[in-house]
Amino acid sequence: MNFLSAIGRATLTFLEATGRLALFTLTALAHCLRPPFYFRHIGRQMVEIGYYSLPVVGLTAVFTGMVLALQSYSGFSRFSAESAIATVVVLSITRELGPVLAGLMVAGRIGAAMAAELGTMRVTEQVDALTTLSTNPYKYLVVPRLIAGTTMLPILVMVADIIGVFGGYLVAVYRLGFNASSYINNTWQYLEFMDVVSGLVKAAAFGFVISLMGCYHGYNSRGGAQGVGAATTNAVVSASILILVMNYLLTGIFFS
Amino acid sequence: MTMAPLELTQDMDVPKISLKGVKKAFGPKVVLDGVDLDIQRGESVVIIGGSGTGKSVLLKSILGILQPDAGSIRIDGEDTTHITGRDRERAMAKFGMLFQGAALFDSLPVWENVAFGLMQGQRVGRKEARERAVATLGAVGLGPDVANLSPSELSGGMQKRVGLARAICTNPEIIFFDEPTTGLDPIMADVINDLIVKCVKDLGATALSITHDMASARKIADRIAMLYKGKLIWVGPVSEIDNSGNAYVDQFIHGRAEGPIQMQIRAF
Ligand SMILES: Nc1ncnc2c1ncn2[C@@H]1O[C@H](COP(=O)(O)OP(=O)(O)OP(=O)(O)O)[C@@H](O)[C@H]1O
Ligand SMILES: [Mg+2]
Repeated sequence: MNFLSAIGRATLTFLEATGRLALFTLTALAHCLRPPFYFRHIGRQMVEIGYYSLPVVGLTAVFTGMVLALQSYSGFSRFSAESAIATVVVLSITRELGPVLAGLMVAGRIGAAMAAELGTMRVTEQVDALTTLSTNPYKYLVVPRLIAGTTMLPILVMVADIIGVFGGYLVAVYRLGFNASSYINNTWQYLEFMDVVSGLVKAAAFGFVISLMGCYHGYNSRGGAQGVGAATTNAVVSASILILVMNYLLTGIFFS
Repeated sequence: MTMAPLELTQDMDVPKISLKGVKKAFGPKVVLDGVDLDIQRGESVVIIGGSGTGKSVLLKSILGILQPDAGSIRIDGEDTTHITGRDRERAMAKFGMLFQGAALFDSLPVWENVAFGLMQGQRVGRKEARERAVATLGAVGLGPDVANLSPSELSGGMQKRVGLARAICTNPEIIFFDEPTTGLDPIMADVINDLIVKCVKDLGATALSITHDMASARKIADRIAMLYKGKLIWVGPVSEIDNSGNAYVDQFIHGRAEGPIQMQIRAF
């Protein structure tokens, strides 16, 4: 009996959380379309997400590209398929590793920052103060972050794609002794428009989810420093898991 | 002949704020247990009561930050208990609020905090908003050099005064002050009392304040209400506070440990 009621309670909690998240998302989306728009804040968030994430995303991308070239060389040389390395690198980066790794890095960087900032504003009553100053907190705090996240992640991933492929090129040409122009040729040869586009669509979805989780957990945080800490952790963990799940689903939609 | 004046007087008679049976509980803990209060236009009411009796909760319920469990709240005759979205924003435009913890936006400099309502709510340009913010800061005893500081660089009392400046900068019709003089020195406290009186008398604002400082309460209040165990047990003009005939009020305003109000403490 105890066991059943525990399951029941867990199910109810889950449904309640899902419902609250859905309501939060719909409210935020509705506010995305209605003025006033806080362009200054949108711009600031875009710089925060797009520009300041470049170093960490770039580093991740370059090392991923390099390691991909090394790994596939040591694997593919067993059946003398070295010429496929360029293709493997560019397809893995644009389709999968670029968006997923950039998403996870940005989730750690931005999702945590958003949750901490909004959470602190919530527990120090700054969010309540906004409403008494004729400002809707959704429009002022949530919408700029959602817009910035959704638009900047594709741009970041585009940069990550280029840097990642370049990392593979560096290793292939300078360490493994490939011919530079034939490596570049191989890179382009089998790359399709859809490979890149699917990666960018994934990136936009991940960016939305990162901002949404950061805002949702921050906005609903309770109870002082500990609550803000919990909100930050939840934002990063839930965004990361959702990125991995959505990556699978979106891959299924694009390439099935 | 009789119709027009009748409408006019009716309009005048509608209380600015009207609370009927407002209840609010957090889980099993009942904080407000049926609060009734009418506040007239241009009146200044002070709420007194022990720490943790729900004074701040009452203000937040009127503002819609907390949803009351029961009862109704009317602003200018309009029921605002359950309104949301656009209607809520429109109703909130009438209010200014000083939070107990100041609740300044720490990502903005002091002057933008004060000018926030002007710039976001009333679409005043940055330059003019800044000038008005600096002028309001002057009224709470803060010089123009403070304007560019960040709120975290201010002392507690200075933050409180910036919060006060933010609450009154837009000349709202209704102003709520949650402990406006707590944390201030006695002289500055009196300056702030005068400022509140000026807001009400000169600008015609309706004020609802919370304070533990009886000198301040006597100075700023037209009427005083005492909250005890979730109810307003005494409401009356400030002139009658000394002979209210209510033992609870007497004990409170004289700050005596002995009396009908028993503090929940144990000896150690
Ligand atoms: N968000 C909340 N969640 C749960 N309980 C709350 C919440 N806000 C207030 N309370 C409880 O409601 C009661 C009244 O709180 P309130 O802040 O209104 O007190 P107060 O009268 O303003 O006291 P003080 O004079 O110390 O500021 C307190 O016991 C507090 O524990
Ligand atoms: Mg209080």
